[in-house]
Amino acid sequence: MLKIENLSCNYRQIIALSDVSLHINRGEIVSLIGANGAGKTTLLRAISGLQNTKKGKIYFEGSDIAKLESHDIAKLGIVQIPEGRGLFSILSVEENLRLGAYIRSDKDVQNDIEKIYIQFPILKEKRKEYAGTLSGGQQQMVAVGRALMSRPKLLLLDEPSMGLAPIVVEEIFRAIKELRDKGTTIFIVEQNAFLALSITDRAYVLENGKIVMSGNSNELLRDERVKEAYLGA
Amino acid sequence: MVIGLSSNKPMNELFGFLLSGITVGFIYALVGIGFTVIYNSSGIINFSQGEFVMAGGMSTVFLLKAGLPLGVSFILAIMITSIIGIVLYKLISYSKDSSQISLIILTLGFAIFLRGLAEVVFDKELHTMPSFVGDGSFDMLGTVLTYQSIVIMVVSIVIVVLLYFFFKKTKTGQAMKAASINVDAARLMGINIKKVLMINFALSAAIAAIGGVLLTPITSTNYEVGIMLGLKGFAAAIIGGLSNPFGAVVGGLVLGVLESLIAGYVSSEYKDAVAFVVLLAILFFMPGGIFGNTKAQRV
Repeated sequence: MLKIENLSCNYRQIIALSDVSLHINRGEIVSLIGANGAGKTTLLRAISGLQNTKKGKIYFEGSDIAKLESHDIAKLGIVQIPEGRGLFSILSVEENLRLGAYIRSDKDVQNDIEKIYIQFPILKEKRKEYAGTLSGGQQQMVAVGRALMSRPKLLLLDEPSMGLAPIVVEEIFRAIKELRDKGTTIFIVEQNAFLALSITDRAYVLENGKIVMSGNSNELLRDERVKEAYLGA
Repeated sequence: MVIGLSSNKPMNELFGFLLSGITVGFIYALVGIGFTVIYNSSGIINFSQGEFVMAGGMSTVFLLKAGLPLGVSFILAIMITSIIGIVLYKLISYSKDSSQISLIILTLGFAIFLRGLAEVVFDKELHTMPSFVGDGSFDMLGTVLTYQSIVIMVVSIVIVVLLYFFFKKTKTGQAMKAASINVDAARLMGINIKKVLMINFALSAAIAAIGGVLLTPITSTNYEVGIMLGLKGFAAAIIGGLSNPFGAVVGGLVLGVLESLIAGYVSSEYKDAVAFVVLLAILFFMPGGIFGNTKAQRV
């Protein structure tokens, strides 16, 4: 579904990604783990067209999207929940959800909003409040809900666990798993390697802008080098 | 001056000053709204905003002179000004240096260019045009209220209400608001930022042009009338917090009324100084505007 070939990116004259290649199959849930500053966010931004690429190709369903504009990439069905969630803080929860459906022109939008409210009942209670006034966990629910409103083919998540209490993280990850079970392809970038490896099928390890390891998540969980570098064992 | 309660005359005078202040204040508000709409979406302060007002007024005057009916001239003038707004957006989007300061200087240069263009295409004379609804007036609370003042107030209020619904209830309006809050997130939602910016420039220009047309029967217009109107509108926007279109409306009204009171009770020579004193006072003591909107500190 998504195939990246020899992608290189600079971020403010610094090489952020060099020769990154990876692929994600339809229906898979894949993670990218790595330390702070390894280039994880840059990679997601490049897929979504928020970051200029220097060289390399990004294929989505067969066509190269590396040079497309962000809004055109979104229209193809790639949606991203960016680092820090990217909510429209001074719009209401419901307005945020509705903007998630910006690329859609069908009549089911209100229906889908109700479905999000069934999944996250707290959002229904807070639907008229500014998204920026919600707690971190509730904001992440809005971000997930808003992403779902676009009916994505591929969902990109940047650090979904960041800044959240463990119990909230559990809830968010349960929602992500449910999504995968419904057939959405998911690519998660996470600093919390244990969390990421325990819910994904496969994973890549990024170090200083290069992919240094890849494999099945449960194998990586047992890998000595991964344990030492990322799992604190 | 002491406002006596025994005689009605001073009260009538006060109402008169208030009404003329509110009338002009609405025009400042329309110019100020333009500043906020562009600032919100691009972080740029557009110093061509006053020239958009001039372009609206002058185009209408000359289209009328060419024999077109008022309604047609009005609409054509708004369209011409919107196109000028889009041209400015195109210049900005193709600019090699995209730092905010150089783009702001670009808008200043564009303003000077528009003034020069107006001088060449039109002339340097002062022009006026008939009021849309005749030169009539009626007495209200012992003071004279012209029909044109009523038109200005009604049209301005209608524009503000329409804008409110546009930003609140339409998909495009919400997308524009979203883009002003978080550009990257808006792009991830599939919102075309370039299109949003272009609409913002066209919208600001159109609103300014409407202000220009409304004002011309009262104060006349010429090629450089935009300098002062632009600064007054900027002051209105700053008073309201720069990022809030509805704050600019309050700012415009406050400024218009203050000016009118100073002109009436002190001296009309100080009228134009009011805007700058208020502007400086706000920047010194309440940099976020009277609504204290912290979004004014944009990063």
